[in-house]
Amino acid sequence: MSGPPDLTEAFERSGLIDVSYVVDDSPVGRLLLAATGEGLVCLHYVNHDQDLERSLEQLAARISPRVVRAPRRLDAPRRELEEFFGGQRRGFDIPLDYALVKPGFTRRVLEQTAQIPFGQTLTYKGVAGMAGNDRAFRAAGTALGSNPLPIVVPCHRVLHASGGLGGYTGGLDIKRKLLAIEGVLPEPLGD
Amino acid sequence: MDLPPFQTLLDRYSHDVHRFLVANVGHTDADDCYQETWIAALRAYPGLQNAANLRGWLLTIASRKAIDAHRVRGRQAMPMAEPPEPAEPSEAGFTPKEDAAELWAAVGALPAKQRAAVVLRYLLDAEYPTVAATMGISEAAARRNVHEGLKRLREEHGHEWPA
Repeated sequence: MSGPPDLTEAFERSGLIDVSYVVDDSPVGRLLLAATGEGLVCLHYVNHDQDLERSLEQLAARISPRVVRAPRRLDAPRRELEEFFGGQRRGFDIPLDYALVKPGFTRRVLEQTAQIPFGQTLTYKGVAGMAGNDRAFRAAGTALGSNPLPIVVPCHRVLHASGGLGGYTGGLDIKRKLLAIEGVLPEPLGD
Repeated sequence: MDLPPFQTLLDRYSHDVHRFLVANVGHTDADDCYQETWIAALRAYPGLQNAANLRGWLLTIASRKAIDAHRVRGRQAMPMAEPPEPAEPSEAGFTPKEDAAELWAAVGALPAKQRAAVVLRYLLDAEYPTVAATMGISEAAARRNVHEGLKRLREEHGHEWPA
């Protein structure tokens, strides 16, 4: 006796999905990738089921409740991420959707951050200045902390002026790992 | 009001919707009805005003699709080669037995409304207000349909079903 048939393809064909998503394992933990018709809209660290639930609820509330697990629209970002982690890619070419980003200063901070090249870093103050207000380095930190598109918008490339790592949404271990992939920091020692 | 992500509905209710359709229209038509039900639900979802009873809302759509399928087929009885996958033993009293296949074949031969009411009440364990809301009829009519359906099963097929 067979159970219900899988409808993923029918949903994708229907054109009715507003937010497609997929959950993937990666060298920096479990990732939620979600896309709208515009482009990649979020890339969240979801190591716990509650994180995943909260992220999906946020997408439903802020973009559209038509949120469906459908991997096809995520093919390109998945491939680029895989290449990035494999050391074969230094920048991302996929379109991004800033729908989850607060307009104004926050959005400018993230757009500037998206321009930082692979293997280079900026200070919070530097990024705040590029976004139009170099005294707003704390606000820049807050803006980066709310980044819905980490890795692709490389907020891990923003550090303290003192040389300290600063903060990171996914935890400092992940920030260290990403900086090590780019050769900014030495590979973390195994524990 | 915030609706949950649509995927949550799929994860929670896909089995109920499928069981309901298999019992209502048989295996052959169930998969088509199932897909039509979920596509219709996805289309209508953002406009939904009340998220209090999402399962009932889905079953309402499914019963409309089932009625459409019956119209296409005319009044012929639905083929019921196999019984639908049994629900968790239901409080309403139905537990699958050896003669379940024959029983579900008999259910499949009931008139559409009686069949829908019996399936909702006994396969999906729905209370009468839910049966009524799902079918878009009064609670009294829902009780009557279940009662008539059970009576017919008893008279024509000798099936004893807890009322």
